[in-house]
Amino acid sequence: MVRSDVQLMLDVKAGDEASFDFLLQKYRSPLVNFLNRMVRDTATAEDLAQEVFLRVYRARKQYTPSAKFTTWLFRIATNLALNSVRDNRHRRMGISLDAPAAGEDSAPMELPAPQMRIDEHMIERDRVEIIRRAIWSLPEKQRAAVLLHKYEDMDYVEIAGILDCSEGALKSLLFRAYETLRVQLAPLVTQPVAQRGEEGRPS
Amino acid sequence: MKSCEDISKGLIAYLDLRANPVERRDVQQHLAGCAACRTRVEEFRALWKVMEEVPAVEPSFGFDARMRQRVAAEPSHSWFGWFAPQARFVLSAAMLVALTVWMARVPQNNLAKMSPVAVSPSTDQDFDAIKDLGVLENYDVLTKFDALSESSTTSEPQPDKAERNEPSSND
Repeated sequence: MVRSDVQLMLDVKAGDEASFDFLLQKYRSPLVNFLNRMVRDTATAEDLAQEVFLRVYRARKQYTPSAKFTTWLFRIATNLALNSVRDNRHRRMGISLDAPAAGEDSAPMELPAPQMRIDEHMIERDRVEIIRRAIWSLPEKQRAAVLLHKYEDMDYVEIAGILDCSEGALKSLLFRAYETLRVQLAPLVTQPVAQRGEEGRPS
Repeated sequence: MKSCEDISKGLIAYLDLRANPVERRDVQQHLAGCAACRTRVEEFRALWKVMEEVPAVEPSFGFDARMRQRVAAEPSHSWFGWFAPQARFVLSAAMLVALTVWMARVPQNNLAKMSPVAVSPSTDQDFDAIKDLGVLENYDVLTKFDALSESSTTSEPQPDKAERNEPSSND
């Protein structure tokens, strides 16, 4: 019989280490992918994913199945990712204020350039990187919502639970996020539509 | 027919087939009369296909090993959590033992003295035992209190009281 995530976690609570290993195998890839898309750094994403699993393990004795296991798991992951992004941003701001203006060994700052046209980007970067950048440029909560909706295929109730907002607020959030992406990635998005001979852009 | 903004909330749910019947009906009615939103819907679908081009990453080779190492390094149980209930139990047990030992060692007559019933001298023997105590040096004064007089009348008669030539409250 296939045990549910909640049952596995209850078994972990009862001291069954193998059940924890099972949950680790099941969710390590989705978690690392989600975190990688949130923080845009594979090493940081892995560190954060380990931290998520460690927190789950540490909290096993207090675990009560009040919500879906994945809601709990991704809520921890989202909070850690948002904290990491904010810490990193503050660190970068600190560097920009304190670092010498034109140091030999200072790495060029990677700053978003939203005013650049998307076709200008396409000249020097490949499609995947452009899509990644467009997702990354979304506000944090919109980004998390899109990643959970598009890549983790979660339903609205679960995503709303993870992001601690109402279902209605989430639907508005998702619409705004996808609308931003549709505009930013217009050269990529409209190409297949035009090829299919569909109608033009909306007014 | 609802406006473009009105149906925007339900548009994504309509596209991912998770819209409720009311949302689906509203969006369908709107799309039937709005070319711009029909195009928007097609572009959203195209956008989702484009987003799938971003490849998934796999955790590194050492991810599991590192994770297991970190889990193994975790204490198997919380010392504080273990200690707290034990401390309560030990303290309760110690208090119980101390109380038992104390009760066993205290002489029974001392215990009897502690009881309020034993304080009132009902017999000569008891009276002799307490009359020389410092606090009863002014016994004469005490016996003149009305309350004590009343208690003496209600208690058993003390014939030797007159023999000791003690003044009574009636004198």
